[in-house]
Amino acid sequence: MPPTTPPSGALPVTPSQTIGPFFGHALPFPGGERIAPAGHPDTVTVHGHVRDGAGAPVPDALLEFWQADPDGGLTGAPGSLRRDPVTGAVIGRNGVDFTGFGRVPTDADGRYALHTLPATAPAGCPGAAPYLAVCVFARGLLHHLFTRVYFPEHEAAHAADALLSRLPEDRARTLLARPDGPARHYRFDIHLQGAEDGSHEETVFLAFR
Amino acid sequence: MTPSMTPPAVQPTQADISREIAAREAAAHARPEGGPASAHPARNYPPYRSSIHRHPRQPLVAVDALADPEAVELTGPAFGVTDLTDLDADLTRQHPGEPLGERITVSGRILDRTGRPVRGQLVEIWQANAAGRYAHRRDRHPAPLDPNFTGAGRALTDDDGRYAFTTVKPGAYPWRNHGNAWRPAHIHFSLFGSAFTQRLITQMYFPGDPLLPYDPVLASVTDPAARARLVAAYDHELSRPERSLGYRWDIVLDGPSATWTEEGR
Ligand SMILES: [Fe+2]
Repeated sequence: MPPTTPPSGALPVTPSQTIGPFFGHALPFPGGERIAPAGHPDTVTVHGHVRDGAGAPVPDALLEFWQADPDGGLTGAPGSLRRDPVTGAVIGRNGVDFTGFGRVPTDADGRYALHTLPATAPAGCPGAAPYLAVCVFARGLLHHLFTRVYFPEHEAAHAADALLSRLPEDRARTLLARPDGPARHYRFDIHLQGAEDGSHEETVFLAFR
Repeated sequence: MTPSMTPPAVQPTQADISREIAAREAAAHARPEGGPASAHPARNYPPYRSSIHRHPRQPLVAVDALADPEAVELTGPAFGVTDLTDLDADLTRQHPGEPLGERITVSGRILDRTGRPVRGQLVEIWQANAAGRYAHRRDRHPAPLDPNFTGAGRALTDDDGRYAFTTVKPGAYPWRNHGNAWRPAHIHFSLFGSAFTQRLITQMYFPGDPLLPYDPVLASVTDPAARARLVAAYDHELSRPERSLGYRWDIVLDGPSATWTEEGR
């Protein structure tokens, strides 16, 4: 059933604030970058840089990923931060379940790498262009940004995609991962701000209404 | 621009930043429709200097939940009992000894913007210790680390959307946005709703903190009513005798969700 608009008496929302620089001891967790079950032969790697408007790497960003499971299910599964019941330490996923959720901090070079299963379309619309949903947090960013990673294998579906089809080509291209290096490896850079000299295009970011 | 052409960096003073804050606030209220457009901060907020190169210049592309009800973002990740331990919500019990500082309880409800409680979802917090120092290598503030305090906690909301943490009151700390810049005491919160669109990271402040008017991060919320929603209330009912002082902080998540029309969620 489609969502409806909220009732007119919608509550006033809590404003966003920046994640700041010091989230590293709290939010990242072991295996956050590995959504794919251990040793799964279909595993894909998506990696790239997060850069600012001056082209400088952003070493204190946190990326979160959310995607449909291989059957198109969107309920997710717990266990991304599975704990050792004795020590309390985060021991990570059990290697079997697909939680659909990933969390990756950028490193000192502003780089990230995610290992997951190929994006799948939701079960409700199997012909849709599959994508990974991305949420970007960073010091200096007062309100997170949403974007998407689409894959070149699904080019035919992209023409009918509600988002890609209404973007100019140079803008749509910022949402497309490109094959990079070995098989099943993709490059996806995130530019928080376009360069004034045009040397890089700003990533398309989304506002959900 | 070559480095030799770069003008010498003059660090702005608090007075400079406070002037910029006042100008931004006045501009927000002078909008023709009256009042700020959104409760959320503008991503381009120069008084917070780090925002200058880290905000998009192009308008965000709207995705309408009604027009695209199958958007993956209208659903979101799930968490459960395997994802946390009983001790996670008590930041004063994560080490052999007790942390220094004023012990506090912070509790509240998490609702979506239609008023539905956010049930069984993950709440994460992190904060400086009572002296204003984070257990993080890049924090160089010469205040003492506390071997009995890490400053990170997790909880799952209950059926009413309620969360509760026990911790110590964080200290204010200096930062380098401008000369003599101090962040007011705050606790960072990370929240998940029933949809990825409702994701929120924000900061909770303490009532009566004299540093609140000086802080460009808080001031980035230019609507005074929205700003007030980031300040917790002292709640004597939440104080525990001979144990901790209580603060109440309720949170409302923005963003559409696929569950709006579903019953009983
Ligand atoms: Fe902080």
